[in-house]
Amino acid sequence: MASLWEYANPVKFMKVSGWLLPVTAVLAAVMVTVGLVWGFFLTPDDFRQGSTVKIIFLHVPSALMAINAWAMMLVASLIWLIRRHHVSALAAKAAGPIGATMTLIALITGAIWGQPMWGTWWVWDPRLTSFLILFLFYIGYIALWSAIEDPDTAADLTAVLCLVGSVFAVLSRYAAIFWNQGLHQGASLSMAPGTRMDWSYKGPLYLCMTGFGVLFLALVLAGTRTEIRARRMTALLTRERAKG
Amino acid sequence: MIALLLRDLKLALRAGGGFGLGLGFFLILAVLVPLGVGPDQTTLGLIAPGILWVGALLACLLSLDRLFALDFEDGSLDLLATSPIPLEGVVTAKALAHWLTTGLPLALAAPVLGILLNLPGPAYGPLMLSLLVGTPALSMIGAFGAALTVGLKRGGLLLSLLVLPLYVPTLVFGAQTVTRAAQGLDITTPLLLLGGITAGSVALLPFAAAFALRINLR
Repeated sequence: MASLWEYANPVKFMKVSGWLLPVTAVLAAVMVTVGLVWGFFLTPDDFRQGSTVKIIFLHVPSALMAINAWAMMLVASLIWLIRRHHVSALAAKAAGPIGATMTLIALITGAIWGQPMWGTWWVWDPRLTSFLILFLFYIGYIALWSAIEDPDTAADLTAVLCLVGSVFAVLSRYAAIFWNQGLHQGASLSMAPGTRMDWSYKGPLYLCMTGFGVLFLALVLAGTRTEIRARRMTALLTRERAKG
Repeated sequence: MIALLLRDLKLALRAGGGFGLGLGFFLILAVLVPLGVGPDQTTLGLIAPGILWVGALLACLLSLDRLFALDFEDGSLDLLATSPIPLEGVVTAKALAHWLTTGLPLALAAPVLGILLNLPGPAYGPLMLSLLVGTPALSMIGAFGAALTVGLKRGGLLLSLLVLPLYVPTLVFGAQTVTRAAQGLDITTPLLLLGGITAGSVALLPFAAAFALRINLR
């Protein structure tokens, strides 16, 4: 049986991701487009929030991926630290900016929704605050990657930062809850029986969430492939220079 | 380890060590805030707990980039790494020296600045207590950040970018302790949580910092 670790081989990874990338990219494009069109134009307005509520189809999936991107970075960093697979470190590097963008989308769509609904663009609510802090963590992580020249040192140090940062990000989340009572509503989706959302909304929302997940996968694959190619190029250049 | 601690203390205290720098910064901040916010006593009293904690935090940050950088440049860090003391111990000793020269004086000076900012009477004890309990965590987290950025030529700015988000929980619980005391509420919960963060940081972060140092010394 083929082991998962085979894909840690860059050649194998490039081969598999070569066909996986177009597939996931097209799938993500279709799912997100269908989900958004369905969500924006083919669902009834909410009886109290009107059509503003439909920003949920962007807000929830991006917030979901903002957190999952960090989780993926954490796992990839652990794999790098334990098993020294370069592909893993590069995937973590690729996930950083994507996660930061997702966090930003969640924050901005939230602000656009909050302006008519809460009457303000921003409140220091625990959820909003912890997302802003998550964004700062992403910025620090990306900055550390770009500041260190030696690629292996950079991979090691960012992995350590990711591990320690995860602990403190979770701590910050609970500190923020302790610090201020929230305005943000609780989860609208729940596995528990008697969920509060109608299927006419749940359908496109689940589609968008899945679509964003696939989109994230496609973007990470593309980013990792770029990083691997950049690595190969540096190696080639070094070899050429050594020759000449 | 004690010798190393004493050496770092001496280096910090003698000329050019930047010992008074943090305190001076803390004082200037406490003077600048009323100038910026306005001299209204009630407003100042309301924001004093937060200002004092943010000030202490920033003052701690000031001297962090020197924590390992000087020893890294002149090679003494390599010697320390090959010495019989584990690198985790070196990190702890250096963080302790940093705390003794910044955190402790800040905690002792804070009540004086509290007067400047019209801090409510019952909050003075908790202010000192929370700073005494919380600043070791700041030094330890800072040592981790300094270990990460020690190999960089311009690590200072990046260091603050990395460390400040990590300071969030400490700041929240520390400032909450003082704010609750100022409002006459019970301070046990935030103070215990603050102590928990300090205990956790001191117990675990030396390992992370030493790991980062080893990578940088490779």
